[in-house]
Amino acid sequence: MIADAEAPSRRADALLAAALFAIDPLNTRGVVLHALPGIEREAWLGALRKFLAPGAPLRRIPLHISDSRLLGGLDLAATLNAGRPIAERGVLAQADGGVVLLSMAERVSKPVAARIATVLDTREVLIERDGLALNSAARIGLVALDESIEADEQVEQLLQDRLAFHVDLTGLRLQDFDDRDFSPAQLEAARIRLPAVRSHAQIETALCATASALGIESIRAVLLCHAVARAAAALDERDEISQADAALAARLVLAPRATALPSFTENEAAPSPGENQAQDEQQDQPSDEPTANDAPDAASAPESSSSSVAESGDVENSSADSDQSLVDVVLAAAVAAIPSGLLAQLKLPATERSRASSNGRAGALRKSFQRGRSAGIIAAEPRDGVRLNVIETLRAAAPWQRLRRLESEASRTSGTSAARLQIRRADLRINRYKQRSQTTTIFALDASGSAALNRLAETKGAVELLLNDCYVRRDRVAVIAFRGRTAELLLPPTRSLARAKRSLAGMPGGGGTPLAAGIEAAADLAETVIRVGDSPTIVLLTDGRANIAFDGSNDRKRAESDSLNAARRIALAGFRVLFIDTSPRAQPVAERLAQAMRAVYLSLPYADAGALSGAVKAANISAASVVGR
Amino acid sequence: MAQHFPFSAIVGQQEMKLALLITAVDASVGGVMVFGDRGTGKSTAVRGLAALLPKMRAVVGCRYGCDPADEAGACEECRAQLAQDKPRKTHLLPVPVVDLPLGATEDRVVGALDLERVLTQGVKAFEPGLLARAHRGFLYVDEVNLLEDHLVDLLIDVAASGENVVEREGLSVRHPARFVLIGSGNPEEGELRPQLLDRFGLSVEVSTPKDLESRVSVIRRRDEFERDRANFIAHWSKEDQKIQRQIAAARKRLAAVEVPDAFVERAASLCMSLGTDGLRGELTLIRAARATAALHGQMRVTDAHLRQIAVPALRHRLRRSPLDDSGSGVRVARALTELLGA
Repeated sequence: MIADAEAPSRRADALLAAALFAIDPLNTRGVVLHALPGIEREAWLGALRKFLAPGAPLRRIPLHISDSRLLGGLDLAATLNAGRPIAERGVLAQADGGVVLLSMAERVSKPVAARIATVLDTREVLIERDGLALNSAARIGLVALDESIEADEQVEQLLQDRLAFHVDLTGLRLQDFDDRDFSPAQLEAARIRLPAVRSHAQIETALCATASALGIESIRAVLLCHAVARAAAALDERDEISQADAALAARLVLAPRATALPSFTENEAAPSPGENQAQDEQQDQPSDEPTANDAPDAASAPESSSSSVAESGDVENSSADSDQSLVDVVLAAAVAAIPSGLLAQLKLPATERSRASSNGRAGALRKSFQRGRSAGIIAAEPRDGVRLNVIETLRAAAPWQRLRRLESEASRTSGTSAARLQIRRADLRINRYKQRSQTTTIFALDASGSAALNRLAETKGAVELLLNDCYVRRDRVAVIAFRGRTAELLLPPTRSLARAKRSLAGMPGGGGTPLAAGIEAAADLAETVIRVGDSPTIVLLTDGRANIAFDGSNDRKRAESDSLNAARRIALAGFRVLFIDTSPRAQPVAERLAQAMRAVYLSLPYADAGALSGAVKAANISAASVVGR
Repeated sequence: MAQHFPFSAIVGQQEMKLALLITAVDASVGGVMVFGDRGTGKSTAVRGLAALLPKMRAVVGCRYGCDPADEAGACEECRAQLAQDKPRKTHLLPVPVVDLPLGATEDRVVGALDLERVLTQGVKAFEPGLLARAHRGFLYVDEVNLLEDHLVDLLIDVAASGENVVEREGLSVRHPARFVLIGSGNPEEGELRPQLLDRFGLSVEVSTPKDLESRVSVIRRRDEFERDRANFIAHWSKEDQKIQRQIAAARKRLAAVEVPDAFVERAASLCMSLGTDGLRGELTLIRAARATAALHGQMRVTDAHLRQIAVPALRHRLRRSPLDDSGSGVRVARALTELLGA
């Protein structure tokens, strides 16, 4: 790991975030704490614990929490004991007035994230379940423990968006947390002072302008930033938000959310030679194969200069995929956007990982056991979020009541308040649900030069029509494009047609035909799809003229044998494939490939997009019968 | 009871506010679907709506809050009373705005066996659910696209028929459930089924205000609200009351608002040029325009009203061409310009 020159200020910021959050958990909403489990994270959490108001509850939400534990529901044991429904408060309501830790936040499913988000917004838990209607206060702050390593793991946007602080502990060491600290008394004083802290229009204007300049759309970010500025003023024992507070809040809250560079850049921080070198090394690494080691390194890379932005010129591209340039963007933007009085104080840390490209990933992959059509009732204990069917349970218990009463009276001498209903473990019934398996259609598109020459535009048109069908069937779609040397997943499985449309529109064409890589990528994705319980259909659109081998070398022979091998892998796995030959005339090569992968082969002599769609629709039916699925 | 941000204090978002007010004036317009990015105040507006609605007259003791004036739509108990010609007492109730929380179970939505009474008294009784509570009011579903499918189906069914039929757990109950369905969602998080979309009368899209001035006032007001909720609500209550009077006056005026034949024709040709399916589009256009005229205190529907409501009334009814680059709102606006001139 690179020596981290910025560690002292990053450590200070991480601790500061903990302190500011502890001053006002309710309005700053929370922290996304990006760190792998370990002593560093424990040290940060320990500091937070010390900072929080004495007696404030601190609860932890495990990954696969059930709704009844999260929100509350029927307390089974108490209900059976008392013979009447007894409600149980969930973790969120129990943590009222305190802080909730969300374990492995990057893996939390969207439904759970949405429930937590609602509670953060409304500050109460509203439940309508298990025959109960409850409304309990839940004024909480949330710490989302983000243990993601790769870029495709992200805390749900709807949570990230609501949490003020995005703290990254990667690269910090335990001893970093030893010195500079805040005393609990100091924080208590800040909490008391907080309601009296005034704000004024200039501060709000500055924050809004900064957010706009950084391309931050959500107004929630500015609200959070404002709350943080207020907490900062309270911590500094002032009754009015100062420029310094606003700058601090912009650095902590807005900088990590920046998505754009303002129209001009300013050469603020001159890079030292060492930093430049580190930066060069980073750029030399292949960017599309992030390894486990790569990500933290990139995240902890030193602050860089705005001059590299000027060099690279194309800000749009670099900001999307490189942490390094995002930092540049943020730095330059904040420098430019904040009124001149704030300029001196504003130094942005180089620690934030890119959040710009994460706009909505594929929907929640895990299935709950609680949805779908009812598929009958079985005798089992409710656990892991499976719902108890109370009526069926009672029904099962009912015939035995007289017998059991006699039994218990015989065994009990005093006969103290025998429960009205005697329910045994064997009576418990749960609902079973059948969940329709979704189809995910994977489009693997040949965007190479030869295909582009033929008709990339028409292929795109055809895919768009097919997407239309997918929309009608509520399928999920994914798009893989292969060109040049590699295949690229343009769009992970999603139900959002808007995104599919965008990924297609932005797809470039040209270059070689790495057909083998394309087929492999489609097969890999199909396997992932099966793992999450969906059934994949691959639609491969190519002219079949492979000229780039799997390893990226320019060897037509190897390219062809590689793609045949990849095709056989697909046949072995038994995926449903439609092979659409996009070349002007039917190709024997393509047909051979289609046979090898046991695909339905469609050759498309100059047909318009509409005819193509019709052909695929027909093939879809025959494909189903061919593969026999 | 949580204190909600006052409706009148919401900055901008004219389209959404108008749509909500239209349904408050004329529930027959149908529900409102609010699409928008995160943090644009979707939920805030709906929750603030509750405070605006003029109270409604209801039969005392009726657990569905039946309207004494509406004998045809009364629940079974009220009907039995009506048959006996008993004099019925009435009282004023706040219009329900019911929140359907994520994670709600079906039994609480449709109503179910009252467990407590079964267990303690051995009586089989029906406990009304959220649909009963929302009768004559609003049912709000935040993040509709995250709602479980079977619940969505159920909502569609009840919203369309205006009646909730419960056949479960040995119960057989039917009761009126006419409510305005308000949904909100983020299109980035998954699409809605077209069947569901079609049930909404109006569909509005909200976005974060772009200009600095309104962004600053959003921050200011939100900040004042968070710091002293009671005071802030009191401060804005006068504005809220003004809107409340506007709704009440518009309701009275509604039946008298004239819809000229020429307007009906124009609405029909707009729908034809856009190729919307069915007559629902025209009906919604006419009803929404009438409610808009009533809100503005006018007695006659004009093209100006059509311009105001055409996009929200039609944008979700266009034959879906998911890959047309221009949004459907743009297409409606284009057709409108062709029809009426710029």
